[in-house]
Amino acid sequence: MSRIPNAFKNGTAFIGFLTAGDPTIEKTVEYILAMEEAGCDLIEIGIPFSDPMAEGVVIQDANVRALKHNTTTDDVFEIVKAVRQKTDVPLVFLTYINPVFFYGYEEFFKKCSEYGIDGIISPDLPYEEKGEIADIASKNGVDVISLIAPTSKQRIQKIASEATGFIYVVSSLGVTGMRSEIKTDLDAIISDIRDVTDLPLAVGFGINTPEQATKISKIADGVIVGSAIVKIIEEHGENATEALKEYVADMKNACIK
Amino acid sequence: MTNGRYGEYGGQYISETLMNELIYLEEQYNHYMNDSEFVEELNTLLKEYAGRPSLLYYAKRMTEDLGGAKIYLKREDLNHTGAHKINNVLGQVLLAKKMGKTRVIAETGAGQHGVATATAAALLDMECEVFMGEVDTKRQALNVYRMELLGAQVHSVKSGTQTLKDAVNDAFRDWIANVGTTNYVIGSTMGPHPFPQMVRDFQAVISAEAREQILEKEGKLPTAVLACVGGGSNAMGAFYNFIDDEEVQLIGCEAGGKGIDTPYNAAALTNGKIGIFHGMKSIFNQGDYGQIAPVYSISAGLDYPGVGPEHAYLRDSGRAQYVPINDEEAVEAFEYLSRMEGIIPAIESSHAVAHAMKIAPEMDKEDIIIICLSGRGDKDVKSIAEYRGVDLNE
Repeated sequence: MSRIPNAFKNGTAFIGFLTAGDPTIEKTVEYILAMEEAGCDLIEIGIPFSDPMAEGVVIQDANVRALKHNTTTDDVFEIVKAVRQKTDVPLVFLTYINPVFFYGYEEFFKKCSEYGIDGIISPDLPYEEKGEIADIASKNGVDVISLIAPTSKQRIQKIASEATGFIYVVSSLGVTGMRSEIKTDLDAIISDIRDVTDLPLAVGFGINTPEQATKISKIADGVIVGSAIVKIIEEHGENATEALKEYVADMKNACIK
Repeated sequence: MTNGRYGEYGGQYISETLMNELIYLEEQYNHYMNDSEFVEELNTLLKEYAGRPSLLYYAKRMTEDLGGAKIYLKREDLNHTGAHKINNVLGQVLLAKKMGKTRVIAETGAGQHGVATATAAALLDMECEVFMGEVDTKRQALNVYRMELLGAQVHSVKSGTQTLKDAVNDAFRDWIANVGTTNYVIGSTMGPHPFPQMVRDFQAVISAEAREQILEKEGKLPTAVLACVGGGSNAMGAFYNFIDDEEVQLIGCEAGGKGIDTPYNAAALTNGKIGIFHGMKSIFNQGDYGQIAPVYSISAGLDYPGVGPEHAYLRDSGRAQYVPINDEEAVEAFEYLSRMEGIIPAIESSHAVAHAMKIAPEMDKEDIIIICLSGRGDKDVKSIAEYRGVDLNE
């Protein structure tokens, strides 16, 4: 049974992302637990990839750091196992599809189910190609999270009507990374999505300040932050716990409902 | 082959942000390829500007020296900008213009596709930015300057292995941010649908001409068609109109680098595994856990860890064969053709020349080989000199 609905029971959800293995496997476990303690309602764990095409420089660099000491998909499952011994916080993987394909879809989703992963977000698996994993993921109780972009327009209907878990609304054109201003007309997109589905909607890409979180939380059910968290880990290395807790607590407080 | 699939290969594995743009691109492509005015305009450019048709040249001295099959060279090196790349960019940049775009971007390895795109952009008055791995900007510095002369801005890509695959990554990242104004002019038969098909169609002029030319000169079809394969655009172009001629062998020559049993090669079809990357399901060089492998070739244009999906399909179906050619063999072929025929081939195309040197002596005098001489080698003179230990700066 997916834990994802739990993330949206406590006001606007604050969703944090980090890259597994950055700076180390042990620290990733510690940082996930710290983020949960400070108020993260759902945590996205990035499986490191050599060529993260949808990422900006901050997350690209985190992938490089994680791969420098050969963080593997099996290591990432070990991280999940360790985290699950301490918490029931909803966990989803953010992964490019090739590492999953290479691992073998059956084996990968069986492990997700065994270790307690609730969903998967794959930035290079659009609606047209989700048949790669949809049935296997569903059989193993893993939600495939759909992304909707500012350019999706008439695609919203078909994407949203088949979506599971929650919907990841991409705030802006471009790659991930902190932005000073979100220019997209999110109200219109969110209203179009809500016409189709009752699933929770979380907005990501570019969000990094409490002011932005407050603004987004007025129209969406969740606020997703990646690069700002990864940047804290980059700056503090193995001593990022306190800084992460402080940042997550501020952001969660800014998510009003 | 519907929906951009070649057997199990191909597809559209790309960010949702780009999906409507790809759908629009495909619609526009299909529309204009059936628009006689567009086709006429493109054909005029190919003829009057790029210099088509390219010659099919009988390499008499090479044929006599090797003592077997008759060898013909399809002279794509004589096109404007010195390679086959212009065939595709004239099509794509003209299409971008018709679609109302004001800006084109491109990736480049050796610089040939970047130069061709910058050229077409200058001709058709479009803004142009080219992404090139930092390692490649050093080994092909002349082409960087050439692109700048043509009015393009060149971005030196410092991520990853700083070669072609990283240039592709950054070009996609730019496109995701500038999707309204910009078309990404992909240089090979790779990426998400419709690119592999579109690039193949624009390059198919190579085999359309070659087939007609060889029938006119020899009254029969060739025994084999040889072409180098990185992403695979000149090879797809050279093979395409021979695919239905089952007696014609189609042979792709991959970058064997320092040897296929070393980590220093880029021979995807020899050493790679099926995977999903750069928008397509195809064959890629990859390490444990599906990380894309750093690859190596003396040739910047073949230094890519994958291959276009239609080549993967042609290999699996047995219609085409793919062989690795190592650096040393390619350099020897580069030198051989220069001395034997007075034609300096691109180091990429030299991979195909090298394979012809291996198989021609074993073949009958009645046999015919067509080598797609995809580009000229002026750009490679400095790096070949270095490979041979000659310092041109002394």
